Amino acid sequence: MSKKNKIFVTCEEANHNCDKAQYNEATFWEKVKLVIHILYCRACRKHSSDNAKLSKTIAKSKVDCLKLKDKQKMKECFEKVLKQQQQQP
Amino acid sequence: MPNHLIDPNKWIDLYSDYLFNYTITRVKDRDIAQDLVQDTFFAGLKSMKNFKGEASERTWLISILKRKIIDHYRKINSKKGKAEIRINYNSDSEDEGDWLEERVADPFDKTAEDNLENTELGLAIHNCIRRLPKKQAQVFKMKTILGYETEAICNELDITASNLWVIIHRARTTMIACLEKNWF
Repeated sequence: MSKKNKIFVTCEEANHNCDKAQYNEATFWEKVKLVIHILYCRACRKHSSDNAKLSKTIAKSKVDCLKLKDKQKMKECFEKVLKQQQQQP
Repeated sequence: MPNHLIDPNKWIDLYSDYLFNYTITRVKDRDIAQDLVQDTFFAGLKSMKNFKGEASERTWLISILKRKIIDHYRKINSKKGKAEIRINYNSDSEDEGDWLEERVADPFDKTAEDNLENTELGLAIHNCIRRLPKKQAQVFKMKTILGYETEAICNELDITASNLWVIIHRARTTMIACLEKNWF
């Protein structure tokens, strides 16, 4: 059996597919392999459901955070002021 | 004796996202929220000597932020100058007769409790993210919260895709355990 097309995958690969699926980036074949793996692997079944739960929770919370660039800008601004203050005794 | 020390050098890394999330649930505009958070850090820096160490840094910063948010609403209210109550249900409006439908309560509308729970959940999530290693936290936030494409993250942080997935997997596993303990 060629390595690429086997139906039974290791837990590692199943986990990888599971993570991908959470971001809608898994291909159809990857999803099939994940489902087959989950059929017989209890640990991965648990992880898969927890993983989905995490995605759902985060989507529900509408949590937000700063964009990387904005944070960087904020940091630069802040450090300038911080330096000024530290120079004054 | 103060139980909590103050160290402004790490403020942005540690608290900016937490404070931002707190703000964005109260003012709906990203730019304004960002300004308020920045103001809070500056104000905190100015009044550092008033920090008594009775509460944690974060609690203290949140208390400043609360004032800033209140000030923000005061300001925009005084700009308006007067209370604007405009209900245009008079006869020259085109939508005459539609008012009843518009006023019926939306059964799918969020209740205050839902919003409250969401805010708390958001803060709980940020608490968990804060415990992740820096790189994991960064990648996880970009991928999951900001919804960046895999490729964009790889380019920005200069990592390979498989590297990214490993980081994501570790972060997710830790997040599941953390939220399991603190939320579910």
